[in-house]
Amino acid sequence: MLQVEGLSAGYGPITALHDVTLGADEGRITAVLGANGAGKTTLLRTVSGLHPARTGTVRLGGQDITRHSAEAMPALGMAHVPEGRGVITELTVEENLRLGGLARGRVKTADLDRVWSLFPPLDERRRAAASTLSGGERQMLVVGRALMSRPSVLLLDEPSLGLAPRIVTQIFELVRGLVREEGLAVLLVEQNARSALSVADRGVVLNLGRVVADDDAAVLAGDDQLRHAYLGF
Amino acid sequence: MQQLVNTALGGITLGMVFAAFALALVMIWRSTRIVNFAQAAMAMVTTMLALSLIERGWSYWAAFLAALATGFVLGAVIERTLVRRVEGGPELNAVILTLGLFIVLTAGAEIVFGSDYRSFPVPFSLSGTEIGGTTYALTGFDIFTVVAVLVTMGLLLALFQFTDIGLRMRAAAHQQEVARLLGVKVGRMLTLGWALAAVVGSLSGLLIGGGSLVHPHYMESVVVFGFVAAVLGGLDSPAGAVVGGLLLGVTLSFVSGYVGSGLVALAALVVLVVVLMVRPGGLFSATTARRV
Amino acid sequence: MAGVPQRLRTTWREVPLARHLVLAAIGLVLVAFTLPAVGDFRATQLTELAYIALAAAGLTVLTGLNGQLSLGHGALMAVGAYTTALLLDERDAGPPLVLVVLAAVAATLAVGVVVGVAAARLHGPYLAGATLAMAVAVPGIAVHFRDQLGGEQGLRTYTPEIPGWAADAAYYLTGSDPSRSTYVAFLAWATLLLGLVLLANLARSRTGRRWAAVRDDEVAAELAGIHLGRARVSAFAVSAAAAGAAGAMLAIADRNVAPGAFNLNLSMTLVAVVVLGGLGSLTGAIIGAAVLTLLVSFGPGLGRSLGLDDLASEQVAPLVAGLVTVAVILLAPRGLAGIAQGRLAARRARRAYTSAPSSDGGSPPSSSTPAGSGSAGTSTAVSTPTGKGTP
Ligand SMILES: Nc1ncnc2c1ncn2[C@@H]1O[C@H](COP(=O)(O)OP(=O)(O)OP(=O)(O)O)[C@@H](O)[C@H]1O
Ligand SMILES: [Mg+2]
Repeated sequence: MLQVEGLSAGYGPITALHDVTLGADEGRITAVLGANGAGKTTLLRTVSGLHPARTGTVRLGGQDITRHSAEAMPALGMAHVPEGRGVITELTVEENLRLGGLARGRVKTADLDRVWSLFPPLDERRRAAASTLSGGERQMLVVGRALMSRPSVLLLDEPSLGLAPRIVTQIFELVRGLVREEGLAVLLVEQNARSALSVADRGVVLNLGRVVADDDAAVLAGDDQLRHAYLGF
Repeated sequence: MQQLVNTALGGITLGMVFAAFALALVMIWRSTRIVNFAQAAMAMVTTMLALSLIERGWSYWAAFLAALATGFVLGAVIERTLVRRVEGGPELNAVILTLGLFIVLTAGAEIVFGSDYRSFPVPFSLSGTEIGGTTYALTGFDIFTVVAVLVTMGLLLALFQFTDIGLRMRAAAHQQEVARLLGVKVGRMLTLGWALAAVVGSLSGLLIGGGSLVHPHYMESVVVFGFVAAVLGGLDSPAGAVVGGLLLGVTLSFVSGYVGSGLVALAALVVLVVVLMVRPGGLFSATTARRV
Repeated sequence: MAGVPQRLRTTWREVPLARHLVLAAIGLVLVAFTLPAVGDFRATQLTELAYIALAAAGLTVLTGLNGQLSLGHGALMAVGAYTTALLLDERDAGPPLVLVVLAAVAATLAVGVVVGVAAARLHGPYLAGATLAMAVAVPGIAVHFRDQLGGEQGLRTYTPEIPGWAADAAYYLTGSDPSRSTYVAFLAWATLLLGLVLLANLARSRTGRRWAAVRDDEVAAELAGIHLGRARVSAFAVSAAAAGAAGAMLAIADRNVAPGAFNLNLSMTLVAVVVLGGLGSLTGAIIGAAVLTLLVSFGPGLGRSLGLDDLASEQVAPLVAGLVTVAVILLAPRGLAGIAQGRLAARRARRAYTSAPSSDGGSPPSSSTPAGSGSAGTSTAVSTPTGKGTP
């Protein structure tokens, strides 16, 4: 579904991504792992057009989208839940969701209903200001908002950040279910490698902007040396 | 008693116009974190244009609409070609840019429209209303002013609260990057925001100028009053701008009526300083500790 | 060989006060010789240039060096001008001119402290709006207190006669009696040069470095033990004092002080001059004022040649000034002086690169500060890292 080839990007003199190649397939979760500053966020931002690529290509379903702007991504079927979640706190819960639907042109009631049923806590607070939500509810909101645009590829940047383990498991299971039922391709950026690998099909390890491992999740989880060197568990 | 009522009525009418002007400032502040010091000059230009059209035989309403439409275009062009380049940069640069525009528009208007005082005719009565034997200083045009501002506010509220484009504009104003990820063309929304604000600014120009004398400097003090009203309400809050405008209008009307018209601007300055020192977040903010 | 000249050179480089005084003295002599030769009309223009430059110099120190923008310096000039007019309200009976100007400066300084205390708590657009309100409000005070301040008509100022010794000196220097315009122009230029020397030295002093530190990074400045409020208020007060002196000169030159002279245009003009000159550069303030004066003298002619009537032609100068302000802020935020300084710095750097540091103890050129006549430090205000808006 999503193919990244030889991608490099950076900030001024800093090169944050070196020649990164990886893919995210339909019906699978691909975890991108690595320590702080490994370049995970930069990877997602470059893929979704928020940050310019220096070299390399990004393909979505065969189409070269490297130079497409971030605004164009939802229409192409990509949804990016940014680091820190990106809840627009000045809007209500429902408005945040509607905005996700607008990304595809029009808000469909069926999509809204699906999110309400997937996330009952949100349903109860449709008209509440998003600023009043808890961390877990905010995570539900941004995942729900991403789903509103009916994406084929979902980029998630550290969804577990700041959440209780129980909520993290809940969110991961939900994503797992969506992938199974709808054939979504998910690129899941995580620092929390253990739980990410437990839910992912495949794992890619970044270190200082380079891919140092790319294998089945189970294989990575079983590789003691790799785990100690890069994943910290 | 009659004077008291008249002063209050005058203050409310004036306050509605300040409210509209402050609302335009707030709209721009919310979306681009810029105080548009050129707004008074922009409104002056469109009002002078309307007057020129009327003098050429256009009807008041055609000229009125032409001025609002020109305001829309002017706001959009200024944002797209000039302001865009200082958005997100040092705040001093944005301030200076809008001041430069203020100078350009004022001097340009003097060249194009001349610097004479010209009276701006309106299709409304300009004499007071008689109620129960006493005549109150509430003219037909005053009533139109209040209604026009209320209708405009209602339309804006509907636009922002109940339409898709309004939702996109709010998203763009609050979180540019997230909005982009959700497919919102942020640049377009900011341009639209400036354009709409300029329409509201133009409306206040037409309402202040209507029935009185206009010239290229007639809006100069309004930029101050509008700013004070906006800060009074918190600069971030449309509702605050409206209340701030009304409060300031009434206050200044009383200062003008009972102290002296020369000190009106000074009174506005005093109000501004007191608000900034005591409640920097505006009258309605929950927090008082806010850097201004 | 390297004895006295060498010492002089070191003094020149290392004692800014000496350098600035020498430059100012040279400037004053130049002015003294030029003024009688240019005729009354040009002398009047040069007077205006001088007081605009002086007020702009004050503003550039405030904005460029300390990062506070004031749109109200026209109002501060009004304070100086009205003080002067009140003191010179009787023919032949006024106090000595020096005392009058000092009083004008003192009055404006006091007002500057008060305004500065309020301004120190504001930033960016809030400060701009508040000072704008001041610019609009102050002329109204003169209108309101008609009996004391003359209302719309303003106050008449009686300038003392040219002192005998000055007339004599002028006669021996130039061979003719000085006209009143020449005398006033000389006064204005002397005040300007004195003001520039004082401002340039303040800018280079510890006080000036504090102002710049506060502008660059409040937190770091506070950690370094700088009292933020005090630094801001002192910058505002000094800046106001310069505007007050400029206002005094305006009062003496115009012989009449009326609210109309201190309209928003004046404050805006000062901002335009400062932006044009590159925020923070004293040299730039003079260049900017000169450019603006040129504009004012050629603008109307240009307007008429484009077929405009007389009144419209008067507006060509502000129109161009506004356009240039917009262009400068978009294209070259460091202003004219910044462009020149960039060139100079580039040339210096080239020279420093090609010639090895001299062995006679002089510091290598790359580490010496630009010795432009009274350039108040770097002109980096436009990139002042102030936070965008408030949460
Ligand atoms: N805006 C920026 N300007 C300069 N350098 C940046 C910027 N953003 C990131 N970097 C640098 O790029 C490198 C990669 O950063 P990135 O945010 O992609 O890492 P990350 O893997 O997401 O880290 P984390 O787990 O902490 O979120 C880091 O060295 C970082 O310092
Ligand atoms: Mg990250």
